[in-house]
Amino acid sequence: MKIFRFFTKQKEFEQEVLSSDIEYSSYYKDSFKRLKKNKVAMFCAVVIVLLILIAIFAPLICPYDPTHQDYAAILSPPSAKHLLGTDEYGRDILSRIIYGTRISLSIGVVAQILASIIGVALGAIAGYFGGIVDTIISRIMEVFAAFPDLIFAMAIMTFMGKGVLNLFVALGLLTWVRTARLIRGSVMQLKEKEYVEASKASGATSFRIIMKHLFPNSLSTIIVLVTLGIPNAIMYEASLSFLGLGVQPPAPSWGNMISAAQPYISYRSLYSVMPGVAIMITVIAFNIFGDGLRDALDPKLRT
Amino acid sequence: MENKKEETKKVPLLQVRNLKKWFPSKSGVFSRKKAYIKAVNDISFDVGYGETIGIVGESGCGKSTMGRSVLRLIEPTSGEIIFEGKDFMKLKDAELRKSRSEMQIIFQDPYASLDPRMTVGEIIAEPLDIQTNLSKEEKREKILKVMEVVGLNPKYYNRYPHEFSGGQRQRIGIARAIILGPKLIVCDEPVSALDVSVQAQVINLLKKLQKDMGMAYLFISHDLSVIKHISDRVIVMYLGNIVEIADKDDLYNNTLHPYTKALLSSIPIAARNVKREKIIMEGDLPSPANPPSGCVFHTRCYMAQDICSKEAPKLVDYGNGHKCACHFCKNKVTE
Repeated sequence: MKIFRFFTKQKEFEQEVLSSDIEYSSYYKDSFKRLKKNKVAMFCAVVIVLLILIAIFAPLICPYDPTHQDYAAILSPPSAKHLLGTDEYGRDILSRIIYGTRISLSIGVVAQILASIIGVALGAIAGYFGGIVDTIISRIMEVFAAFPDLIFAMAIMTFMGKGVLNLFVALGLLTWVRTARLIRGSVMQLKEKEYVEASKASGATSFRIIMKHLFPNSLSTIIVLVTLGIPNAIMYEASLSFLGLGVQPPAPSWGNMISAAQPYISYRSLYSVMPGVAIMITVIAFNIFGDGLRDALDPKLRT
Repeated sequence: MENKKEETKKVPLLQVRNLKKWFPSKSGVFSRKKAYIKAVNDISFDVGYGETIGIVGESGCGKSTMGRSVLRLIEPTSGEIIFEGKDFMKLKDAELRKSRSEMQIIFQDPYASLDPRMTVGEIIAEPLDIQTNLSKEEKREKILKVMEVVGLNPKYYNRYPHEFSGGQRQRIGIARAIILGPKLIVCDEPVSALDVSVQAQVINLLKKLQKDMGMAYLFISHDLSVIKHISDRVIVMYLGNIVEIADKDDLYNNTLHPYTKALLSSIPIAARNVKREKIIMEGDLPSPANPPSGCVFHTRCYMAQDICSKEAPKLVDYGNGHKCACHFCKNKVTE
């Protein structure tokens, strides 16, 4: 190995490399810089963080136990004692909305993560291997996509029984197809890139190519999909709970609160409006933040 | 020197025999007839140790497909590839992956061939990660040395590819290809995406590396002046077939095939008072899905006669390894 000139000052040199003051910017650093410039998206990020904090510290913030029934104050209007009033069992509405954040957010996040794991795995396999594998997975996806969403979720909930755990599964099964389709397309496009071919030419296994090249390069797509999928899952959770198939009372969820408030909508309108406002804030915050994230991560906007 | 050359010719590094790559093409839903695009059709040649074989031809003549088929990045339809006496075609997956350290590839587009999410260090390290079990420090040392060899400032170790110019990116690609010390590198138009001034730098780098490390190049290009500069022998391809193989000097001074003549006459000359007859080829490259009968070149050949459309000419050796596939070469040589 005559050609490799031996480094006599190897140590000094390495230090120079490590402490090189020239700032290098990674893709995610750049993206974060762009995201920070988007004021609306950053505001929504703050809202999301607040919602998460509320969900985590719900027991500390709540003025009352959300299931505590006060028969002396049934359907009371907003007052200093109950800021948003009470429901038909005398339970504090504010406390129930705060606890509802916990349930709605966790269902949205967990169901979406579940859907992403299934969707990314199947989509990547279908896109990478192609041929008969792709055909089988694509047909399965089409079967899932062929049912109307809500009816499909209702069918699963009726079949498996009510409960929060089953809700995760139902929503996961409902939304993985969208993720899988997008990841399949993205992988099909990426696997034709020459750097994948270079990796193959060095003897890389398919697993290595998927993990080292295809996954990191589709990660931004996945992040955006998850962020935009969460409000979707929250909406489905609210719909199912409203229909009585989701979270079961007395556990509070925004959906079942709206459902319970229906008979009193004319004279205790705040009871049904406030859970709706909570859903709206959450969904809008996630959607706008997701859009901002997509703009920030989109490599086409890079200069 | 002569002796050495003789010896290396006896045991070639790579022998390609009757290599074919036919891509199936769709022909109607109910049609039972299968159509093929014959991208590479029955190609045979040898590559000696440390030799540079230039491969020229128009766009779409199957140069790149051939280069990738030799490495089995595209699985060839049939044929033999014998690398250092071993049958490369018969290797199973795991063996194939192992033997990939012997042969590497440099790509045309330096923007597509580097993973945008990896740093320069990670990109160059990839072959080492796959093929060796070196420690982190050993790898790092090796990478920094290779970066120095290909003329990259080692300060760039932690940078990302998008921060580099085309020429520098191509150097990263070259560093990745040479780090395992391969015996053969397929260069798939490595300079055609670069500026002319940078082209010269990269070609000289490739030449220098070959002198120092002794690997063979399969240098694919459509640029005849680049091929002339770097090659020892040249293969001229047309529509998936080899029409002429010759040592560089033979090819440029004693051209036999009319297609090669037409290509050579298209090189612009800088001198003002030299006039050369240009051979303008008529029409476009025929579709490889439906190649002309007989000699594939007869539709555009200025020398075409009746026999050309009926009988495919064989690749015949006219002495000194100068082979040509044309019915009328013989007459010319005997003249």
